[in-house]
Amino acid sequence: MTFAEFIDMGGYGSYVWSSYGIALVVLVANVVIPLLSARKQKRELLGKLKRMENS
Amino acid sequence: MWQFFHKLASPKFFYDFSSRLIFWLAIVTIILMASGLYMGLVEAPPDYQQKDSYRIMFIHVPAAWMSMFVYMVMAITGAINLIWRIKLADIISMSCAPLGASFTFLALVTGSIWGKPMWGTWWVWDARLTSELILLFLYLGYMALRASIEDKTNASRAAAVLALVGVVNIPIIHYSVEWWNTLHQGPTVTKFDKPSIHTSMLIPLLLMAFAFKTYFVSVLLVRTRTELLVREFRSSWARKELSK
Repeated sequence: MTFAEFIDMGGYGSYVWSSYGIALVVLVANVVIPLLSARKQKRELLGKLKRMENS
Repeated sequence: MWQFFHKLASPKFFYDFSSRLIFWLAIVTIILMASGLYMGLVEAPPDYQQKDSYRIMFIHVPAAWMSMFVYMVMAITGAINLIWRIKLADIISMSCAPLGASFTFLALVTGSIWGKPMWGTWWVWDARLTSELILLFLYLGYMALRASIEDKTNASRAAAVLALVGVVNIPIIHYSVEWWNTLHQGPTVTKFDKPSIHTSMLIPLLLMAFAFKTYFVSVLLVRTRTELLVREFRSSWARKELSK
């Protein structure tokens, strides 16, 4: 099997690769979004704690 | 073992334990997914009927299985929260919703892309497709309901009740291909006889299914840990964790 054949997927390349592409986007987004949110929340909570200690 | 579960329900222990678990689950997910993709896309032969288009299955089927599995986790942890008022169960239930919605979305979209070349249409209003679409609406409804009630305890109880009522949809999805005439093909793996799928396709499918499962648990834990900190940030362990 050549690389071109692999990409072509017997003529179904556009269907197969668009499916895998969408899956990649959804799976990566579900890793990145919670990690970013974790960082943001930690920063905000730390700020809240500092303000609580000061008041 | 019960002692371990009891300990796991304590927020501090859960927070420390899950940190290590996420690391190992991430590694397992990468290994499973890499081998599953290689075997599914490169090694497995084309299907005699569907040619190479069937390779969409390696995403579509695990995503569809997860869409139902995650719903059950969400409903059961919701019930645990309703009955025993375990905060951690509520946090897990809440963290399930966006992930389950993502898997359902993925199952619907990849199914649609698979349906176009095989059935000649992107969408039909048949039992399997419609009940899976209802599942997506249940997830979205769960999230909307939670967001619309300001009091966190009330929100968690209302959402748990909605999740439990929605469980009725799960057997409908599973048996839809048997109960009704549908374009969707019947089950080839989850039936009582021997699976009617060749080993060269079954193994990558199972690898991908396990990869999706470990992926789900690891991402679920990340969400759960964050929400745990938000709810517990006044306690001493959370303060220590935050000032690290």
